Amino acid sequence: MTAPHVIARHDAESSAQSSWWTSVNPIARLGAAFAIALCLVLTIDWVSAATALALELALLPFLGIRPAQFWRRTWPVWLAAPLTGLTIVLYGETSGRVWFEFLFARVSDGSISLGVATMLRVLAIALPSVVLFIGVDTTRLADGLAQIVRLPARFVLGALAGLRLVGLLVEDWRSLELARRARGVGDTGRLRRLAGQAFSLLVIAIRRGSRLATAMEARAFGSSKERSWARPSTLGSRDVTVMLLGFLVGILSIASSLLAGTWNFIAS
Amino acid sequence: MTATVRGARVVLRGFGWRHATRRAPALSSIDLVIEPGERVLLLGASGSGKSTLLQALAGLLGDDEGDAGGSLEVEGGTRGLVLQDPESQVILSRVGDDVAFGLENLAVPRQEIWPRVRAALDEVGLDVPLDRPTSALSGGQQQRLALAGVLAMRPALLLLDEPTANLDPEGVQEVRRAVGEVVAQHPVTLVVVEHRVELWHDLVDRVIVIAGGGVAIDAPAATVFTDHADQLCELGIWTPASSGLNGSQGAARPMGPGNAPRALGDHPPLLAADDLTVSRTPGAAVRGGIHAEVRAGRCLAITGPNGSGKSTTGLTLAGLLPPEDGLVQASEGLRQGASAQPHRWRSRELLTRVGVVFQDPEHQFLSTTVRAELEVGLKALRMPKSEADARVTELLKRLRLEHLAEANPFSLSGGEKRRLSVATMLATRPQVLVLDEPTFGQDAATWRELVSLLRELLDAGTAVVAITHDERFVAALADDVLHLDRNEGSLATAGAAIDDGSRARP
Repeated sequence: MTAPHVIARHDAESSAQSSWWTSVNPIARLGAAFAIALCLVLTIDWVSAATALALELALLPFLGIRPAQFWRRTWPVWLAAPLTGLTIVLYGETSGRVWFEFLFARVSDGSISLGVATMLRVLAIALPSVVLFIGVDTTRLADGLAQIVRLPARFVLGALAGLRLVGLLVEDWRSLELARRARGVGDTGRLRRLAGQAFSLLVIAIRRGSRLATAMEARAFGSSKERSWARPSTLGSRDVTVMLLGFLVGILSIASSLLAGTWNFIAS
Repeated sequence: MTATVRGARVVLRGFGWRHATRRAPALSSIDLVIEPGERVLLLGASGSGKSTLLQALAGLLGDDEGDAGGSLEVEGGTRGLVLQDPESQVILSRVGDDVAFGLENLAVPRQEIWPRVRAALDEVGLDVPLDRPTSALSGGQQQRLALAGVLAMRPALLLLDEPTANLDPEGVQEVRRAVGEVVAQHPVTLVVVEHRVELWHDLVDRVIVIAGGGVAIDAPAATVFTDHADQLCELGIWTPASSGLNGSQGAARPMGPGNAPRALGDHPPLLAADDLTVSRTPGAAVRGGIHAEVRAGRCLAITGPNGSGKSTTGLTLAGLLPPEDGLVQASEGLRQGASAQPHRWRSRELLTRVGVVFQDPEHQFLSTTVRAELEVGLKALRMPKSEADARVTELLKRLRLEHLAEANPFSLSGGEKRRLSVATMLATRPQVLVLDEPTFGQDAATWRELVSLLRELLDAGTAVVAITHDERFVAALADDVLHLDRNEGSLATAGAAIDDGSRARP
């Protein structure tokens, strides 16, 4: 079973975080990440992105995330950001002095500054989105989405319960693989076998899903009554502070680019 | 539960049900009255419609799922249902939240929810913190959790659908005890569907048998097994007599003059595990210190509680998983030119050497018809068509699947799926057959068939390895027992391969 390991890892992660931070409502974390992203998509310039990134890195220690954990979770972002930047440097809009040319690639002053700005922006938006969600408890997130954001309870709770099946499906996939070896078809035609295996997994997933739905229905899920909530989800002053901080990061980065004169509204 | 609820009264008049996807009705014209507080054991062979009836009683058969006929009324209070598979009825990731789930749906005010959750957990004897992850519970604990989730809702009608079918013996007893406590304290109406009659017949006062979509037997629990013994046996239903080891068909093979045990030398070793450590994924050892020997014509049973690494050990012996440490060695007679280590064999080389029947038959189905399913291995061996056809036809007949030759394997009943999954492995005539929980949730008829089939194979010299909780199965077939206990790496018990000598050899 993989599930217990997942839980164990999850516990280790939350215990390393400061108790202040773990008590913050997942919805506030969502709000903060959203506020930062909203401000930063308005402009493409390196000053605003760099300011946001600097502020974010300054706030990071308060979350109490261990460095190893930070790198494990964010490495794809650190990999994707420079690659995105490089693409823009090579193929972005040309202006100013041209440094280098090859086939369709043309590196110019303009494309370099645009590339750097893009790279910083990807980091400034993606890092908080990942970091703010390290150790988020999915049950609390669902509680918040249903009670604060007011998404339909059936949808949110269905998704929450379904999430638990992912671990089981990983096990199923392994069994399917072993079973194919046992049936004598494990040597050749790997692509075709994978397609067949994926189809079997789909069938099994639907069965597991419908059994879970039966179990939920048997506990009066989906009745027309307005349900009550065993765990209240509310936004306290701490949660509001977190969201304001996110918004502040966004506003300060916009202000810095206006002051530096690099503001570059995307729609213009 | 603080408030006591009166049991529900159930009245069915000419009740029938046809699933939307089927032509024949699952249930037709059932007349039945269950009085408040009555405890009913609902029996029937697999595919008889008893689970459908239970779902109807639970109010889970909606109009869009099929056509109902007649009437079904449940008078008084909520109904609660516990299902067979512990994994698929855990809903949330923490114990307390999971029990609270039903109460929330019933719109119980928050301040009442948590006391009711604690009371329900108390009643089923699940003494764990409310924030314990549900995935960290054993199967028996998960079933008691499901029972608590239902109890918290204060049902007037408690419905249990094979609640112990997927559990190890320890879990079975836990759940049986919890249900016993609950019905002793509350006058709920209880309906249990179960194959294990001997487990429940002390607790119930009435036994109803469903066959052919209708009520075949309806009698008091005290007398039903003596008054209707022959009929029950005909319907393929376990009775306390056939469950015991003294029954005529479920018992060990008779020892007679011509049946003297053969010397071990007549059972050449095929596979040997020496100080084996097994793992599902490389690096994550499940258990170590395993010594075992698989011999031609002998049955090795691998037993032990859930989580002790039984299946992993079986799959490693079968060459599906590489050993984490130590060796699995195939004898000259088995390897026939292939590597000495089964996990290095090609998939095709496995076919004639080791066959594996998985716990969940659906995991090993590859085709859209039963016939094609049986041909898969033979095609991989590039067997001439005429010979392959002959083998398939013989297997279809032997395992009573002829009438289903063109059916989709996924559409078969539980017992049929099990027979097919065994047949797919027999097609290529492997020297060793490994079965993972072959008798899980099977009715008496399928069980008997399986045991007699495996006996034939053993007599013909096939080695059988069975990973099982089923004590009857062990008593009926096992020559050697490898018992793995929960204590990881315990060499003493893990290494002990005991010849229990219960099975006589020809």
